[in-house]
Amino acid sequence: MRTNSISSLIYDSKVRGYFFQTIILLALSASIWWLIDNTVTNLADRGKTVGFGFLGENAGFQISATLGTWLFDYNVGQSSYLDVYFIGITNTFLVAILGIAGATVLGFTIGIMRLSQNFIIRAFATVYVELLRNLPLLLQLFFWYFAVLRALPSKRDKIEIIPDAVAMNITGLYLPAPIVESGFMYTVIAFFIAIAMTFALRAWALKRQSETGQRFPVFWTAIGIIISLTTLTFWLSGSPMNWSFPEFKTTGAILRRGFQSGSGMVLVPEMLAVWLALTLYTAAFIAEIVRAGILAVAKGQTEAAYSIGMRPGMTLRLIVIPQALRVIIPPLTSQYLNLTKNSSLAVAIAYPELVSIFAGTALNQVGKEIEMIFMMMMVYLTFSIATAAFMNWFNARVKLVER
Amino acid sequence: MTKSRKYVRLKDAPLLPPPATEAGVTGWLWQNIFASMTDFQSIGACVRSLFMIFFSLLLVYVFVDQTFSLMDFAIFSAVWSDPEGLKREACWTLQQGGALPDGWHGACWPFVWAKQKFAWFGPYPSEELWRVYLSFAIGIFGLIWVLVERMPFRAQVGVLMLTIYPLFAFILLTGGNSGASFTGIGVWIIAGIAVISVGRIGATGYLGAVFSSVSGVFGIVGWGIVALNVFRGVAAVDFNLTPVGTGDWGGLLITLVVALTGIVASLPLGIVLALGRRSKLPVISILCTIFIEFWRGVPLITVLFMASVMLPLFLPAGVNFDNLLRALIGVMLFSAAYMAEVVRGGLQAIDKGQYEGAQAMGLSFWQSMRLIILPQALTHVIPGIVNTFIGLFKDTTLVSIVGIFDLLGAGQSAVADAAWSTPVQAITMYLYIGIIFFIFCFGMSRYSIFMEKKLSKSRRH
Repeated sequence: MRTNSISSLIYDSKVRGYFFQTIILLALSASIWWLIDNTVTNLADRGKTVGFGFLGENAGFQISATLGTWLFDYNVGQSSYLDVYFIGITNTFLVAILGIAGATVLGFTIGIMRLSQNFIIRAFATVYVELLRNLPLLLQLFFWYFAVLRALPSKRDKIEIIPDAVAMNITGLYLPAPIVESGFMYTVIAFFIAIAMTFALRAWALKRQSETGQRFPVFWTAIGIIISLTTLTFWLSGSPMNWSFPEFKTTGAILRRGFQSGSGMVLVPEMLAVWLALTLYTAAFIAEIVRAGILAVAKGQTEAAYSIGMRPGMTLRLIVIPQALRVIIPPLTSQYLNLTKNSSLAVAIAYPELVSIFAGTALNQVGKEIEMIFMMMMVYLTFSIATAAFMNWFNARVKLVER
Repeated sequence: MTKSRKYVRLKDAPLLPPPATEAGVTGWLWQNIFASMTDFQSIGACVRSLFMIFFSLLLVYVFVDQTFSLMDFAIFSAVWSDPEGLKREACWTLQQGGALPDGWHGACWPFVWAKQKFAWFGPYPSEELWRVYLSFAIGIFGLIWVLVERMPFRAQVGVLMLTIYPLFAFILLTGGNSGASFTGIGVWIIAGIAVISVGRIGATGYLGAVFSSVSGVFGIVGWGIVALNVFRGVAAVDFNLTPVGTGDWGGLLITLVVALTGIVASLPLGIVLALGRRSKLPVISILCTIFIEFWRGVPLITVLFMASVMLPLFLPAGVNFDNLLRALIGVMLFSAAYMAEVVRGGLQAIDKGQYEGAQAMGLSFWQSMRLIILPQALTHVIPGIVNTFIGLFKDTTLVSIVGIFDLLGAGQSAVADAAWSTPVQAITMYLYIGIIFFIFCFGMSRYSIFMEKKLSKSRRH
């Protein structure tokens, strides 16, 4: 039977695939071209140009004192919009990292509490999770900022948490600030050397255990090495660090009373509210992940470990946790990602993070929508892609090797 | 041969009750509370038991204390009415110039009653509110019909709710009479029908074999055009209703409109994206992956900023969207990406044999998706879809940041009203809004758990 070469081409799925993909690419290019054309026309109509030259210009607005402004030495009218960008990034990641730390600790605690044999502990954890998970984060943020932190004592008053060291009022949380003198570098170096030593120790201990069967208390030795070596170097180099305590004046001119600037360290209430809201909200989700992860480890695993004579602590450490972590870590990473993205809600209470100062205040002043929103999205996208890459690497590493 | 039996028990031994530690209230109490705190056999166990006792007491204290102060704030100490119309002074203490005792701390409900209409509907004209009530009532009625399993014609009602109801609610809420020309719409509808007919003729093979393979696309495009223009046509009819622009919408109304539009639009988009991502054609799969990962990689706030700031730049001059529509487009694209990942999870969970079976029966790709794969995959991920919806529902609060007054935004602006300025103003409003959100989200999460249980039961063989 003679086949028609054209119709056989038509029914060839490969050829059809190329055909459809070409059509889609053409349609996509056409619509992108349409969008770009519209944008160019619109920009021309409004007399705007495209370019990143504005980044060198000086920013003329105040940013409240935070880690970012301190790191980049922000001055109104002298620092550039690029500095504003980096201050935003710093403050975003500062609150994200603090939030991740807090949410992890609280989330694991609540997650384990949900599995407790004790009804009281279990019920408390359940109420926590259900309550926090079912209320919008923005509402929680408003609650902490407008209802709780605004109820603190006024600027000229304070609540002491640790006398003369830690105190709070409506302007923020005041803490002692470390002041590093020259020579502190040695302590930092010593700290890293100590960490390197513990890794070497662990390798040696594992090797010895596989050769002789004898175990070595690596954990406690490592802690001992790190603490002693660091403290010794710190002391030998002449204790090159001081604390600056927050200074509170109750006398003098009324307007001068209260906490004095330049002493101690202050965490602004906006940051505290964002941190509290992110931590408490994300912890509820992490708790559910932890609970599901622990429940996912089959009971037979624990029983098998007991039957070969492992003690409960060892079973938990060597059998249950490694298997639970395989289930926990992927969704946990995506919660970390969510937390970082949710930190953008801080714009609602004017905490100076990326969205708030760069895509908010700076955008209003400069008016470069396309460039600035692109730059802002790039930060989040880069972080997301980096996290996704880590997750793929991790999944490949812990994947069950099936026989 | 007889053997004398000394003792034969003729009756069963009486059943003993279970030990007190195993059954009944005491058993429950023992197993769930005291068992963990009464082990004193070793030093470690002592420490653990004491810790448990201390920790449990602490939690009970915190819980009772918090519950009591909440009840006290919201009910016992609260000001419930303001008969004299004093406004803020009704909730002032003696020190502040009111009549309440100093140190009083309770909810100021008259403030919420005064702002209730605003929190639910925003500045929607009061004499037109029956339209909102009617669309809410029909929506709730239809939703319950679809969700309750004993009801007949659930599928048909569901289709009505997804097609006729949005059109009906749109006309009721905006007032219709959009002013579009009927001639233009008629031309579009005829064009759409023409496209469908071309597709139909192509499918029979008259226009050549190449054409018959793409005739499905013509069908989809044609029906899309017809549906859109029927919608436009009905929306252009003058029903003699007062027009209410979206600028006059607000409160819970906006929250529901954004959340429902987001979910209804994101499901079909998400299915297409998920199928695209799993496609064997590299261009399609890469494009869909980039699209999904882009929207999932950025916060919703930046999407809303982009929609409100950049969308006007992307579109031809003269095309102007109102604020709400811009936010809706942002929310739709954003939630479509999340929905795509949920649907992809469902597609991955389907056994390979189902795909192969469909192919072996000679079904085309779209037929096998429509008849075999998607019905299974979507049922599988109903809990995931509901969870995405809960997330979206909570995320609608973010539109208040780009200046649209949803429930939280309306509440927040009510809090700024100086006529009601009291120290408890903010916390009362947040409590009220929190209760509304909690009822919605908690209800949906219960439904998702219920579905999960039901599905896992039906999947057990």
